[in-house]
Amino acid sequence: MDWQAFFLTIRLATLVSAILLIAGLPIAYWVAYSRWRWKFLVESIVALPIVLPPTVLGFYLLVALGPRSPVGRWWQQMTGHTLAFTFWGLVIGSVIYSLPFAVQPFVASFQTVDRRLLAASSTLGASKFTTFRRVIIPLSVPGLVTGFVLSFAHTLGEFGVVLMIGGNISGVTRTVSIEIYDQVEAFNYAAANHIALVLLIISFVLLSFVYGINRNSGAVWPWK
Amino acid sequence: MAVEMMSEELSPTGLTHAVFDSRVRKRLSSGERSFELNVSFSIQPGITILFGASGAGKSTLLECIAGLITPDEGRIAFADRTIFDSEEKISLPSHKRRIGYVFQDLALFPHLNVLENIQYGILNMRGKERERAAHAIAESFRITKLLRHKPSQISGGERQRVALARALAVDPCILLLDEPLTALDVPTKSAIMDDLRAWNAARKIPVLYVTHNRDEVLALGEQVVVLDEGRKIAQGTPYDVMTVPRREKIAQLAGFENIFDATVIAINEARGTMTCRMGETNVNQPSVDIETPLVHAEAGAKLRVGISAGDILLATAKPSGISAQNILPGKLIAMTQQDVILTATVDIGIRLAVHLTLAARDSLGLRPGGDVWLIVKTHSCHLMAE
Repeated sequence: MDWQAFFLTIRLATLVSAILLIAGLPIAYWVAYSRWRWKFLVESIVALPIVLPPTVLGFYLLVALGPRSPVGRWWQQMTGHTLAFTFWGLVIGSVIYSLPFAVQPFVASFQTVDRRLLAASSTLGASKFTTFRRVIIPLSVPGLVTGFVLSFAHTLGEFGVVLMIGGNISGVTRTVSIEIYDQVEAFNYAAANHIALVLLIISFVLLSFVYGINRNSGAVWPWK
Repeated sequence: MAVEMMSEELSPTGLTHAVFDSRVRKRLSSGERSFELNVSFSIQPGITILFGASGAGKSTLLECIAGLITPDEGRIAFADRTIFDSEEKISLPSHKRRIGYVFQDLALFPHLNVLENIQYGILNMRGKERERAAHAIAESFRITKLLRHKPSQISGGERQRVALARALAVDPCILLLDEPLTALDVPTKSAIMDDLRAWNAARKIPVLYVTHNRDEVLALGEQVVVLDEGRKIAQGTPYDVMTVPRREKIAQLAGFENIFDATVIAINEARGTMTCRMGETNVNQPSVDIETPLVHAEAGAKLRVGISAGDILLATAKPSGISAQNILPGKLIAMTQQDVILTATVDIGIRLAVHLTLAARDSLGLRPGGDVWLIVKTHSCHLMAE
């Protein structure tokens, strides 16, 4: 078993879900409480990665991160190399790819916080940010854990986006799902099975954990 | 209108300055239904009851005052501080208004214990000071033993006390209570209100207490403001407004079960009474003459008479040697029971509702169809302008 690919994947998934935990909160707050009439458009954009083929997302990200785009050019000027085919390129792609898996459970749990508690907090002198920190966040812990775990699990298994923007560079961008693909290509079914089994078990354990902490709801989707 | 004028003479307005003024107009619409709140009133320190039926706009008014919704127009101000003024474009956000608000469902923070709930609004204080303030207010509301409990672990009355303590810990300029005691039994309720009064004796902030329960108005309030369909229809002391209603709308809210059209047929100045004919809308309809208090009216004047079902006595034989002037024979039509109160419908030409106890029914052996006499004191007949 290629432990390098394994630990690279764990590192990627941890980093991505940590970034999403921080970046997803303000997005989820806005989605949960904004009354803007065009909000549904933003919600659609956030949800896009669920339905979009990973290759489509990967392709546009590759273009966006490449040296011909403003972002890619800026990054190249700053660091001397392109973002595509690097670990950090992979992180950016994965963050976008897993965004709905973090944001949607966050939004769902924010929306279940009783509005009266927010009003009470406000009349007790708390600003919106204080209310967020002291009422909404503590009451949304199951949703936050769900979002963190789901984005972690989702990043573990991604394939298309990684292949498009990361390629297959050992120790840099080769994740376990690509490793499995490589082993199958090389007819090493036993090795492929090993890795696949580990991924299967990890995914099952993580999902059991998510359903476990949300077991009162008993819904098909763990965050509903 | 009569009530408002009267209340100004009787209320202590002349002695204390109004400490809180509110003029609010707010239109709410959902689908085809639309509702306009348009109220203006001033209140003094102490408990003012905001009374009205469900949907009268009481909660909307509180939300406007607290800054949870923004009025379309108006001005909300304390003697020394304006928190909302549509003309001067002042609208403090709710967290800067310093208003204590106890919600109908209390809205205690379920993830915080009692002490943390109380301290929620005073976290900017230093640790020691905060601790002291929280314990002092907990002491006032007798909840020091519960400080480490979560809201889900204490009783309804205790939760109520915690909600009050939390709202008052921030030292608010006004306290808003939105039907918070509805679910509690009377002794629990009055014990809590006594503690609130004791706390407020030193501070003298205005307390606006919303209810649709007339018993609470009489029991708790020093002043009452009556709202109906978004408008103020009366303000005064509870006794004046609730027991001597001059308007039929208040009479209905105040719980007169019997309201009839009546015509003045005789003025008996020597006796200090008038005779009114009730229930006659055309010549052929049955009617009853009763004696009512004397008011400025002429024979032939049309007015309405309200009689509370609890003010009528019922007898199975004609009583004698009794001061009441209205002794009216009739037939018992039906009896309906609600909790421990029995409402008897009696036909005396017109139909009256009479409240009885279960004990009275049993000892008199009352049955529908039986002959009875109704006894109504002259002063139990309340006259109202239409």
